[in-house]
Amino acid sequence: MAGIIEDENDDRVPISLRPEWSDVTPIPQDDGPNPVVPINYSEEFSEVMDYFRAVYFANEHSSRALSLTAEAIGLNAGNYTVWHFRRLLLESLKVDLHVEREFVGKVASGNSKNYQIWHHRRWVAEKLGLEARNSELEFTKEILSIDAKHYHAWSHRQWVLQTLGGWEDELNYCNELLAEDMFNNSAWNQRYFVITRSPFLGGLKAMRDSEVLYTVEAIISYPENESSWRYLRGLFKDESALYVNDTRVSSVCLKILKTKSNYLFALSTLLDLICLGYHPNEDFKDAVEALRTWDFGEQDSDIARTICSILEKVDPIRVNYWIWRKSRLPQVA
Amino acid sequence: MATSSPPTEAEALSPTVSQRDQWIVESHVFQIYQLFASIPPNAQSLMLEVQRDKHIEYLTKGLHHLSSTFSVLDSNRPWLCYWIIHSIALLGEFIDDEIEDNTVDFLNRCQDPNGGYAGGPGQMPHLATTYAAVNTLITLGGDKALASINRDKLYGFMRRMKQPNGGFSMHDGGEIDARACYTAISVASVLNILDEELIKNVGDFILRYTFCGLAAMILIGEANRLDLPRLLDWAVFRQGKECGFQGRTNKLVDGCYSFWQGGAVALLQRLHSIIDEQMAEASQFSTISDVHEENESLAGTSSHATCRIKHEGMNESHSPDFKNIGYNFINEWRASEPLFHSMALQQYILLCAQDQDGGLRDKPGKRRDHYHSCYCLSGLSLCQYSWSKRPDSPPLPKVVMGPYSNLLEPIHPLFNVVLEQYREAREFFAGL
Repeated sequence: MAGIIEDENDDRVPISLRPEWSDVTPIPQDDGPNPVVPINYSEEFSEVMDYFRAVYFANEHSSRALSLTAEAIGLNAGNYTVWHFRRLLLESLKVDLHVEREFVGKVASGNSKNYQIWHHRRWVAEKLGLEARNSELEFTKEILSIDAKHYHAWSHRQWVLQTLGGWEDELNYCNELLAEDMFNNSAWNQRYFVITRSPFLGGLKAMRDSEVLYTVEAIISYPENESSWRYLRGLFKDESALYVNDTRVSSVCLKILKTKSNYLFALSTLLDLICLGYHPNEDFKDAVEALRTWDFGEQDSDIARTICSILEKVDPIRVNYWIWRKSRLPQVA
Repeated sequence: MATSSPPTEAEALSPTVSQRDQWIVESHVFQIYQLFASIPPNAQSLMLEVQRDKHIEYLTKGLHHLSSTFSVLDSNRPWLCYWIIHSIALLGEFIDDEIEDNTVDFLNRCQDPNGGYAGGPGQMPHLATTYAAVNTLITLGGDKALASINRDKLYGFMRRMKQPNGGFSMHDGGEIDARACYTAISVASVLNILDEELIKNVGDFILRYTFCGLAAMILIGEANRLDLPRLLDWAVFRQGKECGFQGRTNKLVDGCYSFWQGGAVALLQRLHSIIDEQMAEASQFSTISDVHEENESLAGTSSHATCRIKHEGMNESHSPDFKNIGYNFINEWRASEPLFHSMALQQYILLCAQDQDGGLRDKPGKRRDHYHSCYCLSGLSLCQYSWSKRPDSPPLPKVVMGPYSNLLEPIHPLFNVVLEQYREAREFFAGL
């Protein structure tokens, strides 16, 4: 493949021809005579890394070394050694971290699903402290506007809120995202994060009531949406008795069951409630019976067993799970 | 319909992004399944075949040569070794001696004189690449490969990565998260260098990564601190009508989750006694009826009592036997039916994740890669052995989808190495 190198910048001057590098001897990679998984590096890549090794092993803290790390990162943003060395340089050269933040932003635009970039971003933000708060929230918001479930962006955003604050608008932001896409589990996850930890909201206990109302509405609009049912359960984390006794929870199950449509989570939630001690009344028993569409087999007087049987049929991908659940039902008095 | 119905007219005008993306994937996948259903049995059998030769060709090629587009994986070369060599081992093939020697030699050049393995020669040691390198060497087996691991220095490296908050940093000045904890603990466990110093407070730190968190907690003997029934319920719901697993709720199916999620369910199944205890406890605490409690079966009551005592006494007398957890884990009895749908998952992997030119992938329309080849095959192995009463007893033909020649080697689900190789390594390191 002589002369054909992908993505080579024609204006680029090889390092070996740059006067400011003339005193440095590049160090080739110690791959050994017969390496496995050998990569057919471009000439540019090899050269940059050969010179990087030279400054890295010599522990040279200079601005030419800093520039070189930027070149290396441009070729492989996953090289954590280069990022680490860059951080050492940024510190000893006392570089303006606002400029560094811009640099990371640019690198991220091509590589947003890379751990090293986000780790570096966090390091920069930590050093900048409080003043970085808004820019970090903005930055993650931009990424989330393209990919509303971006794992690293959410993770970073949560770190920013916890470390630097900025909680004021977060619940509202969740509302917006959920209004756009009620199935966005990341947004539900963030919602939980906010209501439990925001210093402005009073914590889970204080928020539970309004959150139950919100979630029940969400369930009614999209009963097939697993996220909202799980969120509802999460609102009662460590408080099973409250979950069992909150009539809004059991009511929404009943409501959905009666529609005879998209009732999978209504059934499984009812089952969970029963396993936690809930005693369903005749309305529930009738609604469940109405879903039993087969004539064969005896009618089970135990509603929990009936629910499991129905689930075995209507949720076949989890048939073994429902059979197992049936075998683990609490003993009937 | 119990599950998600087709949109109403109003909904169809404005599906959400999640709904739209999901329906697109569903239609691709269902097209494949419909084609499969429409062809005669002989053709079906062919379609279900694991394309062994093609996969081996694709994998072996990667060991010898990778194009410049792989430059972005220049700090992940031990991972490439592991993904490729583990996949080859799963397919029951052997690596020839020369490649084996070259691999041991190469990984040795990635080994830092002060302990740990880096992503490539001359780079800093990193916990994830250490995990990949060690697992590769275990998969290769034999004295040369196993003895090449400098355990003492590696222990020192891990102690340096250990953080005051209990977690581990991936590398000097690196990110601290559950992946780092799992990779550290897994390596320490299999090399028999796991001790109190490495374990302390890890359990307090474990967070988001389900498989990593669960496996790490099991290895340090603290799985009972997790709400296992809820975790199990969540995990089984990650398998959808496409038959494969998704990574998170309302996200798209991806072949690699065959291992990360399927594996989590497989791990959870082996914790059945803790799960039963936790479920019994849950129903006890919520019950408001005295009558109900009195009529509780003796077994239920005593299990509840035992459960309480265990939790109270946990910190005092009980020190988990973490030197043997990995080994005991595969020898304990487990339930006979997998709680996820093994046949459906196999169907997804065989029909949707295989690239006919060799290698496996995320989903139809995505390109094959070594990472997905590794985790799709690992997931397939899990499925095939999911009914086995003993971890490596050959499964009955009826639980293996497609021809019986599809059978892969069994794995140890905590470490994801081929079981036979794990046993060899355990023997090698146990006396040291």
